[in-house]
Amino acid sequence: MGAAPVILDIAIRLAAVLVAFLTLPLIVGQMEHKVMAHMQGRLGPMYAGAFHGWAQLIADGVKFVQKEEIVPDAADRRVFRLAPILALLPYLLILMVIPLGPDGLVAQGLDIGLFFVLAVMGVGVVAVLMAAWSSGSKYSLLGGLRAAAQLLGYELPLVLSAASVAMAAGTLSLSGIVEAWQPWWLAWQLPALFVFFTAGLAELRRPPFDAPIADSELVFGYMTEYTGLRFAFFLLAEYVGIVVISALTTVLFLGGWKGPFLDDSLGWAWTLLKTMAVAFVIIWLRVAYPRLREDQIQRFCWLGLVPLALAQLVLTAVVKVA
Amino acid sequence: MTVTDILLLALGAVAAGSALRVVTTTHIVRAGLWLVVALGAMAACYLVLTAELVAWVQVLIYVGAVVVLLLFATMLTRAPIGPSPELDRARFPAALIGLGSGGGLAALFIFGYRWGKAELAAPGTAGVLGKEIFSGWVLPFEVLSILLLAALVGAIVVSRGERS
Repeated sequence: MGAAPVILDIAIRLAAVLVAFLTLPLIVGQMEHKVMAHMQGRLGPMYAGAFHGWAQLIADGVKFVQKEEIVPDAADRRVFRLAPILALLPYLLILMVIPLGPDGLVAQGLDIGLFFVLAVMGVGVVAVLMAAWSSGSKYSLLGGLRAAAQLLGYELPLVLSAASVAMAAGTLSLSGIVEAWQPWWLAWQLPALFVFFTAGLAELRRPPFDAPIADSELVFGYMTEYTGLRFAFFLLAEYVGIVVISALTTVLFLGGWKGPFLDDSLGWAWTLLKTMAVAFVIIWLRVAYPRLREDQIQRFCWLGLVPLALAQLVLTAVVKVA
Repeated sequence: MTVTDILLLALGAVAAGSALRVVTTTHIVRAGLWLVVALGAMAACYLVLTAELVAWVQVLIYVGAVVVLLLFATMLTRAPIGPSPELDRARFPAALIGLGSGGGLAALFIFGYRWGKAELAAPGTAGVLGKEIFSGWVLPFEVLSILLLAALVGAIVVSRGERS
């Protein structure tokens, strides 16, 4: 292969990630509208554009673009403007290393993909703190401090449960983990699956872990002062986050591209199907559960998830050695 | 000059420049944010030197945890928007110590290696590092873990306060 095909190859891979980055969150957003509308008997999201309200998301997009962009007087302008972009960036990087199918169907396979994902995900906290502090509003600051405390706390069970799978598979490569995965791991790694999914939900600050943006207490937390496109950036980051956490749960715990049939040719379809199924559960939980109080969130993390993740590590080690 | 050299120089300039901003800016939170840039550029340097794992450990621990804790603590106590010159202190002792230790280290490296070429070690993948740590470096590793454990116990004791 010459130099040109290599560049072409890289370009195609990057373009594919960009397309996934731009479409998958919108699909999840559309799914959220519809699923919540059905579960709660809402009429609004079923109205725009006649059939099943298909145009609601487009209407939302047009609304965000039209809105005036306001930077509060008391804000630190540069940091305020930078925060939404920094919130989006880590997820874009993570999408690059998530394997879609067998035989290197991944934008950039990494030898230590799992570690990379966890490291980059931690950078998102900086964006939240930047948005919270630079807004110059007490609601933003309180929301940001809640978010930072939550993200720092839940990072521990997230890393521990991911470490359990890495131990079981004997590799940090995401493709390698899927290759090593066998159906009985569903039972073996069940506690880790629960911990990872729950901690991931908390990392996304989605209900029931949405105390940082609790609209009945803090207006909208660290996003209170944002309008227009920059606010849309934060929303987009949340939906890309859902895609990323769902995809990671799929790859680490649900066997990625392995399905009951046609693994080799239709692997990517299995990955996407499982990812969307997990995303559906995330939306479902938003409708089903009330918001946890701030102290309940911390309690659940340190007294529930962390010991469970440690117990899972012991279990993994025992089975692996035996 | 190879691409690697140029990348290293550029990233080093970014790291040094943002480190300078950390100590010269009068905005206290911005100083913390510049620290993120400086540590990120350091991680990128490690990446260029093929120490993959160390680079991402740097991001996970320093950017994702240490600086975030630092920012968190600042925001909990006093973090005004805008310059806060009253928090400044006399610069020359710090400048003296910084330049002295930086210059001393640089001199040490230059005398140690001259302009000779060093063999590039094998890429720092997780496997290589794991083997190194658990074969040649087991004792330091264990000693470090005792240190961390002591710090943890100390933190618990301090945060529980005096029993009356």
